[in-house]
Parts: sequence; C-alpha cells; structure tokens
Amino acid sequence: MTLYQLRNLQHRYGERTVLDLSALDIAHGEIIALVGPSGSGKSTLLRLLQFLETPTQGSLLFDGILSDHALPLEARRRVVTVFQHPALLDRSVFDNVAYGLRLRGVPYGPETIMAALGRVGLRDYARVRAKTLSGGEAQRVALARALVLNPIALLLDEPTANLDPYNVGLIEEIIRGHGTTTVVLVTHNTFQAKRLADRVGLLLSGKLIELLPADRFFNAPLDPRTRSFINGEMVY
Amino acid sequence: MEDLLRALTSSDLAEIVALTLRVTGIALIISTIIGAPLGALIGLSKFRGKSFVRALLYTGMGLPPVVVGLFVYLILSRSGPLGSLSWLFTPSAMIVAQIVIALPLTTGLTMTSVESVSPELKRQIAALGATRSQAAWTILREARIGVTAAIVAAFGGIISEVGAVMLVGGNIAGQTRVLTTAIVLNTRQGDFSLALALGLILLILTFIVNTALMKLQGR
Ligand SMILES: Nc1ncnc2c1ncn2[C@@H]1O[C@H](COP(=O)(O)OP(=O)(O)OP(=O)(O)O)[C@@H](O)[C@H]1O
Ligand SMILES: [Mg+2]
Repeated sequence: MTLYQLRNLQHRYGERTVLDLSALDIAHGEIIALVGPSGSGKSTLLRLLQFLETPTQGSLLFDGILSDHALPLEARRRVVTVFQHPALLDRSVFDNVAYGLRLRGVPYGPETIMAALGRVGLRDYARVRAKTLSGGEAQRVALARALVLNPIALLLDEPTANLDPYNVGLIEEIIRGHGTTTVVLVTHNTFQAKRLADRVGLLLSGKLIELLPADRFFNAPLDPRTRSFINGEMVY
Repeated sequence: MEDLLRALTSSDLAEIVALTLRVTGIALIISTIIGAPLGALIGLSKFRGKSFVRALLYTGMGLPPVVVGLFVYLILSRSGPLGSLSWLFTPSAMIVAQIVIALPLTTGLTMTSVESVSPELKRQIAALGATRSQAAWTILREARIGVTAAIVAAFGGIISEVGAVMLVGGNIAGQTRVLTTAIVLNTRQGDFSLALALGLILLILTFIVNTALMKLQGR
C-alpha cells in the first residue's frame, strides 16, 4: 500500500538541481525519517509532499493521483506539515488550533481543541495570544494544530528542534502513537530517527543515498557515506 | 471665544459637518471596499508587469489633489465624456474626486502590508488546507494593522483635502461647502477666528474617526 510514489523526480531552483530522486515510495502508516546535512533538500522534499510546489520534472503520485495543479482540494487537505519554524496566526492559541478545521468547514466543539492542546501539554494556554508564546510552546501549538486534523500524512520538519528534553519525550510519544497516519520526519538527530522511524533515508545534495529499515540503516548500511554520516564524520 | 460659540451653534455648521462626513465617508467606504481586496490580490499574486502596477500605485499615492480635481472637472464638465451625468458642482463630483485620491492609498498600502506577512506564514496557511480565497482572507486579517493604516491614511488624505473639492464642488453654500472649503473662504474674508474654529472641528472629527478605526482593528 503506497501513499506516495515518486519517480525520476527532479526539482530545480533556477539552474540548481536541489532534488534528484530516481524512486521513493512511502507506505501507508509508516514512519519514515529523513536525515542529511543542512541544505541537502529535506525541507524541499516536504514542500513537494505537501503539494506546495510541483516537481520540475518527473512524477509524484499521492494515493494514485498525480500531484499537480489539478490535485483535488480534498486530497491536499489530507496532508499537513509542521514547518521547521512554527508560523502561528496572530490570534489566540485556541483559534490557531481550530484554524484548519474552520477552513474545512468541519463542525467541532471546544473539547476537540482542548484535547489536542492537552496532548502537547498546553491545555492552560487556550486563551493566550499565540504571538506571546516561547519558541518551544509555538512549536507544540503548531503540532496540535496539525494533529487535530487527523491527517493521512503528517510531515514534520525538525519538530523537536526548539524543545527541552521533557517536551522532546512528549512529542516523540505522540509521534509513536501515530496510528494509521503516515509520518515523514525530518530530523538532524540521528538518535531520534533511530527511536521513532520504521525506515530511515539519507539525503546528500538532493540525492537519496539509501533508504533502509531503521535497524539496518544504523547497523548495516550499504553505502559508506551512511556510516560516516551516522558517526558524525561527514565533513560538509 | 464668541466666534467659536457662534460657529458651533450655527445651523450652517451642522450642514457643513454633515456634508463633510457624508462625502468623505462614502468616498472612504468605496475606496476601502475596492482597494483592500484589490491590494490583497495584487500583493499576493505574481504576474508580469507587477512592478509597473506598483510604480503606478505609488505615483497615485502622491497625486496632487488639485490635479485630480482638474481631471475630474474636465471629465464631468458639460462637454466632457461624463458630462451628461450633470455631477459637476454636486457632492457626487466631490465623492468621485476623493475616491480617485483615496483609492491608490487603500490599494497600495494594503498591497505592501499583505506583502510584508512572512512567507513562512503564507506557506503554513496553504499547508493547512486553505483555498486561495481563504488564504487571502486570512492574510488580510494578519495584516490588519497595515490595512487599518491604509484606511487611516486615505481618510486623512481626503478629509483634509481642499483643492479637488473646491474645483469640482464649487464651495456652494448649503450644497457643496465642506469644512476645508469653508475654512478657505472664511480666511479669505478675514474671519480668522471662525476659520480657526472650523479647523478645530476638523481636527476633532479626524481624531474621533481615527480612534473608531483603531477600535475596529482591535487596538
Ligand atoms: N525557494 C528557493 N529558491 C532557491 N533555492 C532554494 C529555495 N528553497 C531552497 N533552496 C535551496 O535548496 C537547497 C535545499 O534546501 P532545503 O531547505 O531543502 O535544505 P534542508 O535539507 O532542509 O536544510 P536544513 O537542514 O538546513 O533545513 C538549499 O541549498 C537551498 O538554498
Ligand atoms: Mg530544512
């Protein structure tokens, strides 16, 4: 059961090829972690998976539908991203979490929103103006705002970058309890990839070096570059 | 002081204030209803010739009101293209002139405030499933401080304006006389205290309207 199917995909900005993937399949319900040095194209890949940009070349199928401008709104709305830098609306925390539901015209009660806030430990913050939150709080609100939509695919770009160890644990627990949601997790923390992911992929300069089940990725990678990346020996 | 009292109690004054508010109010509402969505649309889209549109808007923001008055005069004059409307020397002509002055301000300043909303937030709004019009509305709401500033600037530009309304309205007592043209007239006639009193009323009106606009914005 593949959710995403990418074939001969290239993405360019001007003359620069930022992504060059011959094949990538992402299955329904799996957690896939993407690691790689800064600038390797991880966030760009997430933008493509979120249909914010269409690949310059090649195909990206989502649930069997080609991702282009004709991708139906309902399909788009089944994918949600939490970005590297959380961007909240200048409204209350409650309204931020409710925003996606309101866009969809889905009826909801306050308890739905409060439950989502509770999952990220921010129940008491519902009435707070989002602009006054700390970086870590904002990141958790952004996660709650995505979770409440119960997406088929959740794209997380460094979701724990701003967090203290307690909250890292909290977020990792949420990711582990993803249920049937497919999670694509971009992280700089290889230990986190090891703790959470079913499969781990290494991106280098826009190329997917290898994508293996987590234990093999860490214990018996095929490519020497994977080992040197894991061991932190890679010089960028 | 006596003059001030005289001014404040005259029924002419009530008429002048009412007309000032009516002309400027209608012009401001129309300029906002057209300018805010138009500015948002321009600010949110990329198209060829956008920098040209931007330059036009910035020029429009600095149009000398008296030149606007002249053009509106020519268009509405009996031999002009819209002469058959017979709007010259009526409040309608004054409203048209004020819209021409205000529209570039509401459009241009809304455009820049929408453009200054962070690209990250715009991307996040799209990623949460907003349609184009939902995104535009959300971004307009995020830019509400700038949009209010646009309306305030347009209001300030037209309520204080004298050249255009004088030309196309004619400053006819009881028909097209507004606060600014009344001030000009009284100053010319040497009635300085009355002119000052009218000026004071204009300032107070402006203050009240701006305070109301700020309330609307939520500040
Ligand atoms: N809109 C854009 N226009 C031009 N170049 C871009 C654009 N977006 C990204 N890039 C370039 O594409 C490359 C990949 O960027 P990307 O943000 O995907 O990297 P990343 O792997 O997420 O890095 P990091 O770990 O630092 O977040 C970078 O070299 C970046 O400069
Ligand atoms: Mg990134």
